[in-house]
Amino acid sequence: MSVPRTAAPPVTAARGSATWRLIKTESTLCVRDKVGPLWGIGFPLILLIILGSVSDLRQPVEAGGGLTYFDLYVPVLILFNLAVLATGSLPTTLAGYRENGVLRRMRTTPVGPARVLAAQLVANFAIAVVAMVLFLAAARFGFGVDLPKHLLGFALAWLLAAAALLAIGLLIAALAPGRGPATAIGTVLFFPMMFFAGLWIPIPLMPPLLRNIAHYTPLGAGMRAFQDAFLGHFPSAVPLLTLAAYAVVCAFVAVRWFRWE
Amino acid sequence: MPPVIEVRNLHKRYDDKIAVDDVSLTVQEGEIFGILGPNGAGKTTTVECIEGLRMPDRGEIKVLGLDPLRERAELTRRLGVQLQAGHLPERLQVAEALELYSSFYPEPADWRALLEGLGLADKARTRYAKLSGGQKQRLSIALALIGSPRVAILDELTTGLDPQARRDTWDLIESVRSHGVTIVLVTHFMEEAERLCDRLALIDAGRVVMVDTPTGLTERARIGQRIQFRPSRPMDDRLLTSLPDVSGVTRRGELVIVNGNDNALNAVTTVLARNQIVAEQLRVEQASLEDAFVQLTGKRLDPGPR
Ligand SMILES: Nc1ncnc2c1ncn2[C@@H]1O[C@H](COP(=O)(O)OP(=O)(O)O)[C@@H](O)[C@H]1O
Ligand SMILES: [Mg+2]
Repeated sequence: MSVPRTAAPPVTAARGSATWRLIKTESTLCVRDKVGPLWGIGFPLILLIILGSVSDLRQPVEAGGGLTYFDLYVPVLILFNLAVLATGSLPTTLAGYRENGVLRRMRTTPVGPARVLAAQLVANFAIAVVAMVLFLAAARFGFGVDLPKHLLGFALAWLLAAAALLAIGLLIAALAPGRGPATAIGTVLFFPMMFFAGLWIPIPLMPPLLRNIAHYTPLGAGMRAFQDAFLGHFPSAVPLLTLAAYAVVCAFVAVRWFRWE
Repeated sequence: MPPVIEVRNLHKRYDDKIAVDDVSLTVQEGEIFGILGPNGAGKTTTVECIEGLRMPDRGEIKVLGLDPLRERAELTRRLGVQLQAGHLPERLQVAEALELYSSFYPEPADWRALLEGLGLADKARTRYAKLSGGQKQRLSIALALIGSPRVAILDELTTGLDPQARRDTWDLIESVRSHGVTIVLVTHFMEEAERLCDRLALIDAGRVVMVDTPTGLTERARIGQRIQFRPSRPMDDRLLTSLPDVSGVTRRGELVIVNGNDNALNAVTTVLARNQIVAEQLRVEQASLEDAFVQLTGKRLDPGPR
């Protein structure tokens, strides 16, 4: 048996192709993992279709600025997707990588573990983009819900919400000692976050105290910004800044605390 | 030629537990250098310091002239590593892992041929989680070699492999070396060390007991041969203990057991013949590295890895 060696393959683009291949690999793994596609896309999409068929939900919400209950569920489900990725998919995978020595093994290669982490973020971001486009399209073409009237404002709000949520996912991965605890923390965070997004009671219908709290939670702030954009305004500064603050603070703490092994 | 790896007075502790007390060693270009010792001796900690995965508390390390901590980027390109405990994502397939890892290196080996050579070709589409322990081990050897490294450090290379797979792996390692790759082999298998290594460092309790060739080690332990026989008539032990080539005589029931150097057998048979004693049930054993190890450290090598 002899040791195979290629005849000096091109050295060029080795860096770029390694990063690209990592992103491709992590995306494939995310899809195989099923949490993202199933709970992050499939489940909310089915929910959207079911809710869209309930005629009672086509009533305008009081203090909802003319939006119907169903209209409000479209952004809620977009946030649902981000929340699943941030509390389920991302931290569980990363904490598992640390626990199983995947990141440690990467430390011995020229590429290093930070790029695995980045590739995971990109993969989850890609799934989120697909979900967001899919949900908007399904609502628009399936149930006649108008697209956000201020598209640019919506895009900005969504980007900030995605950044905030992925940073929260990173933070969970950084603080959880292992895969099990990461899953537990994620699950515990998921439900109150979704509550304040208005999954069970639309925010405009919440008692004032809860509504005020909601506005400063990541998903509540996201909801407020989305609602502005759906109604045709550029989202107001407070929710945008709230989202940005979550993104920056969580990412900063996560990076400070993240351990590779 | 400067040594490929140079470790001087390495010291590493975890909290209050000293893992490596004082280790110095040099590995020359092109050799297979073994690090042999019982569980908990500090072998893994030593090589992880060499790989730059752990920060030594004291001591100096140079690998290919590079500082493993400060010049990591350059080192990782030229050093292939098999970790004792290192894993891949559960859902990653064998071929995907090799393709991915080969994209990390400027001059990767042909991963398909590597797969073939390690007998994993039919597992190319199998997920990591579905591989047996031995198959995972072989994949991790493949990943250590995928970057065409100048130096490869393999920790507990054949632990978990069945005897046939172990021998195949040894063949692979020899062929890798024949291409000029320097190999550091961490092991607690005597047979592996004897078969593969040009030189060995015997490590015990965080210290190097000695560095020598496998034969040199057994010679130094002064247990060249063990001769065992049943004398045809009663005899006085002093007949044998007086021989310069004999280091010890013990009795087990009717059996006489003689330890001595490589000339002992000649000397013993001559003396017996002169006294008309026939050595019945005569057995001669070449002392193994294992015997040498016990002799030098007063310990046995444990069966399982850590
Ligand atoms: N991460 C760690 N934290 C604390 N103690 C450790 C750690 N790793 C190893 N040790 C201890 O250090 C000693 C040497 O371990 P190791 O280098 O793994 O030995 P070997 O590879 O020779 O079995 C052992 O007593 C082990 O328990
Ligand atoms: Mg070990």
